[in-house]
Amino acid sequence: MQTHTENCALVAAALLGTVVLAGCERPPIDAEQVGFRGTAMVTVDNPRERIWPDYDVPDALPAAPAAGPKAGDIYQNVQVLGDLSVGQFTRVMQAMTAWVAPEQGCNYCHNAANLASDDIYTKVVSRRMIQMTQNINSQWSAHVQNVGVTCYTCHRGNNVPEYIWFENDVAANQQAYTGNRSGQNTVAEDYGYHSMLADPLSYYLVGDNLDKIAVNTDGWEPTYETGTIKDTENTYSLMFHMSESLNVNCTFCHNSRAFSRWEESTPQRATAWHGLRMVANMNNEYMLPLTSAFPDYRLGDNGDVPKVNCATCHQGQNKPLGGANMVDAYPSLQWQYP
Amino acid sequence: MAEYQNIFTRIQVNAGGEASVDLPRGNWPRERGMFISRLLGKFGDAQVGPTYLGRTGVASLVCGFIAIEIIGLNMWASVNWDPVQFIRQLFWLALEPPAPEYGLSIPPLNEGGWWLMAGFFLTASIGLWWVRMYRRARALGMGTHIPWAFAAAIWLYLVCGFLRPIAVGSWSEAVPFGVFPHLDWTAAFSIRYGNLFYNPFHMLSIFFLYGSTLLFAMHGATILATDRFGAHREIEQIVDRGTASERGALFWRWTMGFNASMESIHRWAWWFAVLCPLTGGIGILLTGTVVDNWYLWGMEHGLVPGYPNPYEAPADPGM
Repeated sequence: MQTHTENCALVAAALLGTVVLAGCERPPIDAEQVGFRGTAMVTVDNPRERIWPDYDVPDALPAAPAAGPKAGDIYQNVQVLGDLSVGQFTRVMQAMTAWVAPEQGCNYCHNAANLASDDIYTKVVSRRMIQMTQNINSQWSAHVQNVGVTCYTCHRGNNVPEYIWFENDVAANQQAYTGNRSGQNTVAEDYGYHSMLADPLSYYLVGDNLDKIAVNTDGWEPTYETGTIKDTENTYSLMFHMSESLNVNCTFCHNSRAFSRWEESTPQRATAWHGLRMVANMNNEYMLPLTSAFPDYRLGDNGDVPKVNCATCHQGQNKPLGGANMVDAYPSLQWQYP
Repeated sequence: MAEYQNIFTRIQVNAGGEASVDLPRGNWPRERGMFISRLLGKFGDAQVGPTYLGRTGVASLVCGFIAIEIIGLNMWASVNWDPVQFIRQLFWLALEPPAPEYGLSIPPLNEGGWWLMAGFFLTASIGLWWVRMYRRARALGMGTHIPWAFAAAIWLYLVCGFLRPIAVGSWSEAVPFGVFPHLDWTAAFSIRYGNLFYNPFHMLSIFFLYGSTLLFAMHGATILATDRFGAHREIEQIVDRGTASERGALFWRWTMGFNASMESIHRWAWWFAVLCPLTGGIGILLTGTVVDNWYLWGMEHGLVPGYPNPYEAPADPGM
């Protein structure tokens, strides 16, 4: 016969078990060995935990003839893509409409009464974004390789890409003389739920702090010249963002026994290294200067411009859109703009 | 086993409480409040109290209270005194040490000054508690094994939060007061110094940590298993070996060829437990002072083999 105590113990054990297991992912988890045996170089993926939507890759529009007068000569106020023929120019405009404003159409950017007018802010922004796309495709092949990017890589049919970011004040000081959070020690809800630097994006992906990622020395003797533990935590926080944005774990790039050592790393690490610099370049050179072009309702709580991070393009895939090449059908997006 | 009512013994003795020995002159009286707990009796001795507080006990509790207040109120302030957020984010909140640019100077209160103050009072509290343990052991005519074992833990605490930061010249290297933040510190510390698993003293510390649990399990199991032969009279059997210790010893000689004696097993266990923080503290103290990257140190000294990289390893793009 069960005693009252035993019943209580069983109920308590069931409750405790529920609490303990509540945070677990349901197995099985797909694991694939990607490195030498015994080094824990394994990619893990739980198909039940995928939070990112799937996207189809749109077909390219039929090619347009290169012959005929140039768009820059026919239309007014053409500051980019002017060397395309009118047919090619129209084709790119159509493609962009489908990629960015499929519901609103041309008038999302253009004043219907005067297509050349810069009245609507989206036209000013689009022009700069075309230049940014050209810059990525022509200057950052170390990151985008020969796949390249188009507007669709980030926008996916949305006026504003779904994964953009603003400055995050969640760990700002609340009181004058007590309770300094030092920019951390809050629930990092965006990425990883850790308690480290709460806004690694503002720290690393804007300005010139990327060299602070590397915290290790090249020798084992102390030099007192490399990163601090705080720098290491900050780097760790940024790595959480990268990991979740690409839906990969640390060993996609690193051998975790020696995170800093390039000779232990996978080739993807170098790709990611260039990617971080590419994103900082996009934010510093393209997004920040557009701050005054955007209307207030597009800006963040601090009046800051929407910015780019790894998730903006990757959206949960280590190769955006599964590595599909969309840009080769639009050579003008690969031009090196002056 | 419906009659099983206790972890160790079935029967609870209730003789109304035992006030134990008289205290020497100069000691404070024991606190009142002795009572019998049937529930606690299921896990150990049913008698709770009387405790001995004493001067050092009071001073330690006061210092500890101040430290906890400084830490807790700073955490609460950091969520703008919101009680809901204080509970919700409690494991994430922390009192941070000063930023690296302050070095070993005394920073403003909200830039790490509170952390220094909390550290001072926490250390004072722990130190006073150590004195109290030492003096209580002496007052009972005991050896001082317990306070010295506690001192081993205090050594590791002091290395992490005080000695090593001084050695490398920066309070910022010390541990924050907070649940997840101190764990984040631990992970970042290992990564910053090239993977602590390659630190031989860290290895020793883990050896003694796991070894302690193993010895604890082996010894506890041996005593329980030979209890029917009188092993609960363990200390008596140290000087007067009986069937229990003979059978326990025989079991281990049968299974692994060697046995500790009824006395030496306690020295084994004590030293394993004490050496865990002692070696760990040495390992931490050497980190950043003598060795900046344990992985590179280990590879240079043939500690472990290198593994082939199946990829064409990328060159450092920053070079």
